[in-house]
Amino acid sequence: MAAGPMKMRATLAGGYTDVRVLMTHPMETGQRKDADGKIIPLNFIQNVEVKLNGRTVVEAQISQAVSRNPVFSFRIKGGAKGDKIEVSWLDNQGLTNKTEAAVA
Amino acid sequence: MKPLRRVLLGAFLAGLLKPFAALAATWNKDAFGAKSAPDALKSLGASNAAASKDLVIEAPQIAENGAVVPIEITSNIPGTSSIAVLIEKNPFPLAGKFEFKEGALPFVKLNVKIGETSDVRVVAEAGGRHYTAAKEIKVTIGGCGG
Repeated sequence: MAAGPMKMRATLAGGYTDVRVLMTHPMETGQRKDADGKIIPLNFIQNVEVKLNGRTVVEAQISQAVSRNPVFSFRIKGGAKGDKIEVSWLDNQGLTNKTEAAVA
Repeated sequence: MKPLRRVLLGAFLAGLLKPFAALAATWNKDAFGAKSAPDALKSLGASNAAASKDLVIEAPQIAENGAVVPIEITSNIPGTSSIAVLIEKNPFPLAGKFEFKEGALPFVKLNVKIGETSDVRVVAEAGGRHYTAAKEIKVTIGGCGG
């Protein structure tokens, strides 16, 4: 399955930058069955990385227990309009995707 | 093949491979593969976590749909470097571990699947010590099978 679109919004809040990111991913648990009764294989994002102006600020490892089409919020100290935020993910099948946004 | 062309091809291939190398991040197989919360905590080195009121979990008391349960975690413990989230009754309790580097606040909000009514346990690491807090979430429709 191809990597679907990601959406991100980074906005200045009081003293920090609020980063909200949505990833398109089925996050299959390996426990669900399809219409034919066959197990749908495990397929989930394992790593998420958040960068501020090219520097890693959050590094996450996640499991199949994260909901389908994951949405995360992170908070970055300070921040200024125009700062570049990048979020990338890597799943258990080696698929990756990333998105960038400027702080608004 | 001419030497120059070979060099250019090599540089091109190295460029292609680099993004994958950069993303070859670690994933704690032992902790994520643990089938009980104590085993997962052990793999995280957090078996002796001390209960803390400075770890704040915001989540619904009752989740109608276990497939999407929003959980918001804030650590007010100074020097918090990571936050792990465990759904104790899930088949594989560990749902995620978030490491905060210089510049990030120890905060995360995410949606998780919860199979049945369970304690959600949060473990924070600060200055080499572990702290924990838990909150029960009642689930009326499970979010794992189906």
